[in-house]
Amino acid sequence: MTQSIVVQVGQCGNQIGCRFWDLALREHAAVSKSGLYDESIGSFFRNVDSRYDDPADIPLGTGRGKIRSLKARAVLVDMEEGVVNEMMKGPLKEVFDFQQLITDVSGAGNNWAVGHKMYGTQYKEKLTDVIRRAAEFCDCLQCFFVIHSMGGGTGSGVGTFILNLLEEEYPDIYRFVTAVYPSAEDDVITSPYNSVLAMRELTEKADCVLPVENQALMDIVNKVSKSVPSLKTGKKTFSGLSETMKAGSAITTGEGGTVSKAEERPFDSMNNIVANLLLNMTSSARFEGSLNVDLNEITMNLVPFPRLHYLVSSQSPLYAIADVKLPPRRLDQMFSDAFSKDHQLLRSDPKRSLYLACALMVRGNVEISDVRRNIDRLKPNLQFIHWNQEGWKTGLCSVAPVGQPYSLLTLANNTCVHHTFTDLKDRFVKLYKRKAHIHHYTHIDGMELSDFSDSLECLNTIITDYRDLERQLSNPPPTEPRLQVMT
Amino acid sequence: MSVITLQLGQCGNQIGGQLFQTFMDDILTKPSQTQVPPDKNETYKDEVLSRFFYKDQMKEGLPEARAVMVDMEPKVIAQICCDAKKSGQWVYPAKQQLCQQKGSGNNWAHGYCIHGQGQEVKVMEMVQREAEKCDNLSGFLSLMSVAGGTGSGVGAYITECIKDEFPHAFLLNQVVLPYSMGEVIVQNYNAVLTLSHLYRNADALIVMENDHIQKICSQLLDLKKISFRDINNVITHKLASVLQPVCVDKYPGYSCQNTLGELMEHLVPHSDYKLLTVKNIPQMSEAAMTFSSYQWHGLLKHLRQMLIADAAMEEGINWQVKLGDETPRGSSRHNRSLANFLVLRGKDAGSVDTSMFADPTLYAPWVPSGACLLTGAQPRLFSNYEKSASLVSNSRTPVQTLDRIVDKAWSMFSSRAYVHQYVKHGLAEEDFLDSFVTLEQVIASYNNL
Repeated sequence: MTQSIVVQVGQCGNQIGCRFWDLALREHAAVSKSGLYDESIGSFFRNVDSRYDDPADIPLGTGRGKIRSLKARAVLVDMEEGVVNEMMKGPLKEVFDFQQLITDVSGAGNNWAVGHKMYGTQYKEKLTDVIRRAAEFCDCLQCFFVIHSMGGGTGSGVGTFILNLLEEEYPDIYRFVTAVYPSAEDDVITSPYNSVLAMRELTEKADCVLPVENQALMDIVNKVSKSVPSLKTGKKTFSGLSETMKAGSAITTGEGGTVSKAEERPFDSMNNIVANLLLNMTSSARFEGSLNVDLNEITMNLVPFPRLHYLVSSQSPLYAIADVKLPPRRLDQMFSDAFSKDHQLLRSDPKRSLYLACALMVRGNVEISDVRRNIDRLKPNLQFIHWNQEGWKTGLCSVAPVGQPYSLLTLANNTCVHHTFTDLKDRFVKLYKRKAHIHHYTHIDGMELSDFSDSLECLNTIITDYRDLERQLSNPPPTEPRLQVMT
Repeated sequence: MSVITLQLGQCGNQIGGQLFQTFMDDILTKPSQTQVPPDKNETYKDEVLSRFFYKDQMKEGLPEARAVMVDMEPKVIAQICCDAKKSGQWVYPAKQQLCQQKGSGNNWAHGYCIHGQGQEVKVMEMVQREAEKCDNLSGFLSLMSVAGGTGSGVGAYITECIKDEFPHAFLLNQVVLPYSMGEVIVQNYNAVLTLSHLYRNADALIVMENDHIQKICSQLLDLKKISFRDINNVITHKLASVLQPVCVDKYPGYSCQNTLGELMEHLVPHSDYKLLTVKNIPQMSEAAMTFSSYQWHGLLKHLRQMLIADAAMEEGINWQVKLGDETPRGSSRHNRSLANFLVLRGKDAGSVDTSMFADPTLYAPWVPSGACLLTGAQPRLFSNYEKSASLVSNSRTPVQTLDRIVDKAWSMFSSRAYVHQYVKHGLAEEDFLDSFVTLEQVIASYNNL
């Protein structure tokens, strides 16, 4: 089985990463109760003998060895110390060691150029070493998951610098980026600059980008907290519906993980959603299933043109119903929900745009016939591009997420992302027209004014490409006639 | 005569595992329920064991499947080997499994160009080792799907290697065509590339369609929740019903003669026509079986109409289609065949009148009347059906689906969507065009039957 390395950059990246490792531990603990170090847990964790200082790996062998001490296959990068230090004091400290960390003290000051050009160059060697060390622990490295935000300086700047580094050093290993896009009302004034500059790198260097929007996560959290009674406040609800709901099973909670309720921070429930996205996406590569989906299949099926690799994701159900008897109605509802506007992790409505391709990653007790039934049911309301009318990819993983009988993650290459990108561009242009704050960037070594115009150009091409495809919906181009053969 | 099975990719391995189990279950049926005298039953058992299994006479142990397993992911092979061991009836041979850590990611080019070429030596070593265990090698049966990357890509490459290395052995490919949608998005590309390559190298291709089999499961077997296991059960039932020993009418004296060579010599009279399909009757749930009884004449009448009207199963056959119906342009409205192989199993199988399948109007006009039908009979009960019939035909049946696949792949190819992923692993646009030409040729040939 293959292994993957998570590279978490910046405050946002590390906070999401932290939730990811917590939930990954919870998931593997629930699946493998015997405490053995098997292949599936080996995809994200190393098993080491922690009595030694620089512990070497205990080989996997037949997959029947006991877990001694788990270390995350992770690289933690932040140009401030706060978040990482806190993590190293918290309950997760044992899964990381100091050789996996790269920190600085002063931060990147919400400036992409400081992160990318200054810290990037300064830390290049160290980053290369730390990543190499993590890669050398893998038998068969499949994928790097880079997690960072787009708005800040460290995440977007250093994160995309690392992406370049990975492309140079490991050209054959897949690079998946989970990028958190700022809301329109973001408090960082330069966030449009940072995002657009970072997007050029994502477009050119990543194999696959999962854009996630802060506002969309917030909306989902609000939706869930409205229907699930909060445990913390002990508030009683009198709605009949909520009594049947398992509070601990919502996609936003981390119950059962190592972080106790009291320590939970405000962003945690939002970050849990993103952490679950990563878990669900990799579940089919880690666990048994009748229709496995390896990570390389995701890009193969969902990316028809090299630069158009932005995938909109959605998850359902948001919380599990306590009654485990599975009426098919609930199962069908799960499929319907995943295509509704308010379950998307990006504020967009894929139903009203054009699908280039769509993947359904199903977990739990669901058969292929259930999936087919639902595809047949949903398809009339969705628009697919003319050459990919049957653009569905299905994954069936038999291990359900903790606390839920089944779950669905959809990944869609949909032209609706161009709305999000256009909004971002408008905000960028507003600042750029006045050349506001530009001098903060240009005084950094290696940063040119042309970086701004080139990045804008690049973003424009993406927007036009997606928009042109969307236009094909109303007037599809004529197809070439099929080849004729002599008979 | 022994057959070596190659299990390629997830689908191929899963079908392979169930196929060997079906063979085993068949010969381990209680002798009292087989409807044949004990000595006949023993001959049948021995024939199956020597055909598909190997047993070292010097050693104790269970029969080993004559199989080579290849997959680029370890999970499935591990599971299949374990299931076989658990049965306590047979095992897979040791060290005849090849897996890598990384799959082909639904990319045919990755499977063919990278994994295929990279693993050629190891796979061929395993095939050689398996071949050396056979006293009398009749040929290879390879199992794969055409949708994914490993089964299809590596499978196509290995098929070429086997053709080179064993030019005189027969090579039968069993390919599973994916659902028309929902499994893999680039499945039509992969299918076009695989089928065109197999067509150049294999002696014959048995084509099965998931869509048809799903229908059989839901309408005939009355299954509510259909899993891949159920689908594969139908596939293995079809395969076993053809491959298990029968007596062929051409040689009345011999005991068992449906070897791969015999099958292919009869069914593939012309190298432009290599697509075979299998139709079975009856197929029903076990609950229904107790309440049903059949007469040979009725069964064959249904089976014949299935052939004429091109139906995949006995329910919903169009009885309006008649032999001799012609479209205004002179081509036949009914499904035309090149050759058929009829297998009858069960009570009185040897004395059934099968002349209704020898009607020359069923066949292309240039087929000589003596060469169109071959009948095999086996009085032994098969799979609990008192009487059952299977028909392997080389006919127009798969062309419609093939045409649909080529059409979709071509429409995608006109936009050059996904092509960059194949180019990345060393395939060129011309390779796509070559494959399209090959398949357009196949479609045209069958349409002109």
